Amino acid sequence: MSIYTQRRVANGLVMGLSVAATAFGLLWLVLVLWTLLENGFAAITPALFSQMTPPPGSAGGLLNAIFGSVVMTLIATLVGTPTGILAGTFLAEYSRGSRFGEVVRLINDILLSAPSIIVGLFVYEVMVVRMGHFSAWAGSMALAIIVIPVVVRTTEDMLNLVPNALREAAAALGSPKWKVIVMVSYRAAIQGMVTGVMLAVARIAGETAPLLFTALNNQFWSTNLNAPMANLPVVIFQFAMSPYADWQVLAWGGALLITLTVLCLNIGARALASWSAFKQ
Amino acid sequence: MSPPQAAARLAMPLAPSDPDVRDPELLPRQKAVIRNVDFFYDSFRALKNISLPLHDKRVTAFIGPSGCGKSTLLRILNRIYELYPGQRATGEVLVDGENILAPGRDLNLLRAKIGMVFQKPTPFPMSIYDNIAFGIRLYERLTRSELDDRIEAALRRAALWDEVKDKLRQSGLGLSGGQQQRLCIARAVAVEPEILLLDEPASALDPLSTQRIEELIAELKDDYCIAIVTHNMQQAARSSDYTAFMYLGELIEFDETERIFTHPKQKQTEDYITGRFG
Repeated sequence: MSIYTQRRVANGLVMGLSVAATAFGLLWLVLVLWTLLENGFAAITPALFSQMTPPPGSAGGLLNAIFGSVVMTLIATLVGTPTGILAGTFLAEYSRGSRFGEVVRLINDILLSAPSIIVGLFVYEVMVVRMGHFSAWAGSMALAIIVIPVVVRTTEDMLNLVPNALREAAAALGSPKWKVIVMVSYRAAIQGMVTGVMLAVARIAGETAPLLFTALNNQFWSTNLNAPMANLPVVIFQFAMSPYADWQVLAWGGALLITLTVLCLNIGARALASWSAFKQ
Repeated sequence: MSPPQAAARLAMPLAPSDPDVRDPELLPRQKAVIRNVDFFYDSFRALKNISLPLHDKRVTAFIGPSGCGKSTLLRILNRIYELYPGQRATGEVLVDGENILAPGRDLNLLRAKIGMVFQKPTPFPMSIYDNIAFGIRLYERLTRSELDDRIEAALRRAALWDEVKDKLRQSGLGLSGGQQQRLCIARAVAVEPEILLLDEPASALDPLSTQRIEELIAELKDDYCIAIVTHNMQQAARSSDYTAFMYLGELIEFDETERIFTHPKQKQTEDYITGRFG
């Protein structure tokens, strides 16, 4: 066999294996989405968005859980985003080459990959136990702790992509450092930073473990942040495990809802990222 | 005459009030004097005992092969190197008699007085108007119409006004490379500095844009003390009054450009400008 033929065979073999591996991975994704659509689609009714979670055996919806998820995700994002952006700014703009920065970066990476159940247990210990009850505040804080490392990481990465020449040009005009960062670095990196925040929101939208220990659940409509609050992931967990068929249908509906939300956030984040890449 | 220039005139007791360049006895005033400057990247000594003057209303070119320290020398003059830890300069750089390397200097005020244009065009991600307003707003509080006037003047000074006057609100990133570089020059002169540092300002541009930049340098020379780094020898010969030839971190020769290019004193200088090495 000539070298050329050999190379063609090797190429075909590797190509075939790559395609097979990709197809194997995609298959499960498609199956998951298909199962969700098949079982959840029937549950997407007006009642899902207008009625509370029902007791077993009666009709109802997920309004209180949807509301709770939105509220806690919102608070977590409002707390986590500024904290994360400031910390990411510190790492990218102020701590270059410093030992302290290295340590902060390492700890952030550990936090980024920490199992979310650990975060839930931590907030349970420091908030729920001290307050004596589960609450939406505790749930929001647990989610915020998950948001922070994601935002820190993307902010730092995006700021590191801003060419130093741009910072030098601003500094050369006599601009103080904070103004260089706010007026030039942030402007150049803003799309990537927003993308990071959207991905963080997508991440916490489906988190169950940290909420089980913190916000728990609430069968009724509640806007009290000091009380347990219903939320989609825990409702899905509870309803899917139950023996009642109508609860299971609602669980499918909630699962589909979260998946579609996360899908939209991811597509939005990607669109934003590619738009900014196009602009430059 | 703008206020800083007027101030500069008042501050030069030794120079005649109206310098006549045709009179060989009247040398241009020394705006800045670099004296025994060394520069270190961590422990690497990149500049060795450099001393030379920069004359007011003249262009001084730094030439030499890559890595000779010409950009490093330029970056000392506005202390932009201080953005990076591990870089330091020793010696003195006297601007109007004051040592700008002295500790405790306010670097922001210093850099507002000494403008810089970089090799690659660096428009900020904002509109053409805001690109220029950015520097002005840092140190002056102007009314809208005053600001408009200043921006128009700066763009005219950089020979860019006619090309952008109808799209001041559009992003500076949408301009061509040559236009972007002139925008950066406009941005630098808009804050009315006294010294202008140009770090290979035309090396990323096409010949036509290069020519425009060179014409611009010739015009700006009337008002500023200009230092330009270039590895284009024709450019140095065309647009500078004085030339410093550097090699391996040392200043080999400094003289009037005409003399450097016709009767260099050092063998190394002659070899370099005739293209025998570098």
